[in-house]
Amino acid sequence: MASARRVRSDQGRIFPLATGGVAVLVVVIVLGIGWTLVSDSRLSLAKFGLSFWTQKTWDPVAGEFGALPFIWGTLYSSILAMLIATPVALGIAVFLVEMSPRFLRAPLTFLTELLAAIPSIVYGLWGVFVLTPLVRKLEMATPPWMRKLPLFSGPPLGVGLLTAALILAVMVVPYTATVTREILKAVPGSQREAAYAMGATRWEAIRLSLFYGRTAIIGAVMLGFGRALGETMAVTMVIGNNPQVSASLFAPQYTMAAVIANEFTEAADALYLSALVEIGLVLFVITIIINALSRLLIWRVAGGGMVKKAAAPAAQPIAA
Amino acid sequence: MPRDLGPAYRRRKLVSTLVTGLCFASILLALVPLFFILFFILRQGLPALDTAFFTQMPKPVGEKGGGMGNAIVGTLILTGLAGLFAVPVGVACGVYMSEFRQSRLSSAVRFAADILNGVPSIVVGIFAYAVAVLPFKRFTALAGGLALGIMMIPLIVRTTEELLALVPGSFREGALALGATRARAVLTVLLPAALPGILTGVLVSLARVAGETAPLLFTSFNNRFFSTRLDQPIASLTVQVYSYAISPYEDWHRQAWAGATVLIAAVLIFSILARLMTRRLERLGRS
Repeated sequence: MASARRVRSDQGRIFPLATGGVAVLVVVIVLGIGWTLVSDSRLSLAKFGLSFWTQKTWDPVAGEFGALPFIWGTLYSSILAMLIATPVALGIAVFLVEMSPRFLRAPLTFLTELLAAIPSIVYGLWGVFVLTPLVRKLEMATPPWMRKLPLFSGPPLGVGLLTAALILAVMVVPYTATVTREILKAVPGSQREAAYAMGATRWEAIRLSLFYGRTAIIGAVMLGFGRALGETMAVTMVIGNNPQVSASLFAPQYTMAAVIANEFTEAADALYLSALVEIGLVLFVITIIINALSRLLIWRVAGGGMVKKAAAPAAQPIAA
Repeated sequence: MPRDLGPAYRRRKLVSTLVTGLCFASILLALVPLFFILFFILRQGLPALDTAFFTQMPKPVGEKGGGMGNAIVGTLILTGLAGLFAVPVGVACGVYMSEFRQSRLSSAVRFAADILNGVPSIVVGIFAYAVAVLPFKRFTALAGGLALGIMMIPLIVRTTEELLALVPGSFREGALALGATRARAVLTVLLPAALPGILTGVLVSLARVAGETAPLLFTSFNNRFFSTRLDQPIASLTVQVYSYAISPYEDWHRQAWAGATVLIAAVLIFSILARLMTRRLERLGRS
């Protein structure tokens, strides 16, 4: 009896220690990633300092490493993707919450979230063989006077910033749409009722709901943006991988994730590798900031529950 | 029926109808690429799927035929390794967070898991390279499994925590009232009750990481030959599809499509399975 009791009380202490110890491991991994990135990019950090991010020349053979083209390409493609994806994602969320007939709601939700489950490499394969030729046709059909503008200059290659942004847009739509859907669901019914009672039309009532959740919706858009910044394979396969700072949508460009994917195994000398790790470090820091900010914005309106749903729509076994 | 309320009202009504239409259009706009992608993958990939694809090894350039047998086995091994690492860690972590909801460690872990979930996969690859490749000066299956496992952890943590929260409080109270310790209540009552859901979550996240390419590029690398050794580079479906897709050979493109079909099929099967499972659990929860 006494021994049984002792075993029990031991269990009482062992249990939180054992599970808590494992939980600490998750924190350690995140810190470890940060520490590894900093320590492995020391060479490049020390040699180039801030000029790393303002130099345009990326010439590993000559030992010149300027990362401006990559950060430019990453921001350009991701911002363009969000410009395309945001209205669509908001439309999807509004339709699913406010308009859809009941029987369509579950299947449509499932299908839009399926977009998040398709592997990046499959998007890339499709992008190379299907989307790129389509974009090339579109580029060739662009009237000559438009081609003179810096936005559309350059030969119609098909691969380039526009193709990358289009693929990214498709890939991030489900993330923004899922969170926005949860936000709209969290808007109190009294808001809607008040609007209708004042004689609002359906759109006017919806606009009020959107306005009510505006802070969190900005968070939802940023969550998609964070995904777009870090997306690797699909972008690598269609953006053209040419380190240049160009305003043209048709120009082949390069992103931070893509240059790491392409050149990491080829980086022969320590400085080259260190420069690539520094690009990874900055990507890591940017995505952390964007993700933390978006979570903060979403939490303020709707509480923590929906952030979890947002992070991996199709991997989420308990769909709302 | 309201009578005609004047031109201003008619205009507002028209705008409202227009916006409703636009919202419906955006659903279609998102579904078009989905079906477009599925259609092309199946059209190009299904004809290329034969028994040779599953059983044979890659042939050298110029020789027709061959398959991705080694890559399929490689992907199974890599996801297996990821699961072996991530499932115990993720479940224990999820249990801790659901048991000690208020503790400071719980909120730190929750934040860390969220951060980890947002870390670009290529950055996870760099980490695994620094930890598991550089010290041994060799690309290994273990390093690839580690990278995939790290990506899987936040998914498992979230699933476990949420499903444990769904188990009715009376289960725990019953166990505690019978004199069970907290650990015993969790291990013998709460976890078994949540098990079907957790298993589904595990399957879905396995399918998820099986589709990852970027973290494998410089951890497990690639291998032209059949290998099951964990201390050697190993082939994987995704990396193989990537290297074939960017190659200039028609026959390799054909096989890339076939590989993509297998990946998509796995994702679809597991997503639908999870969906059905969720429905059943929800019905159970309600009754």
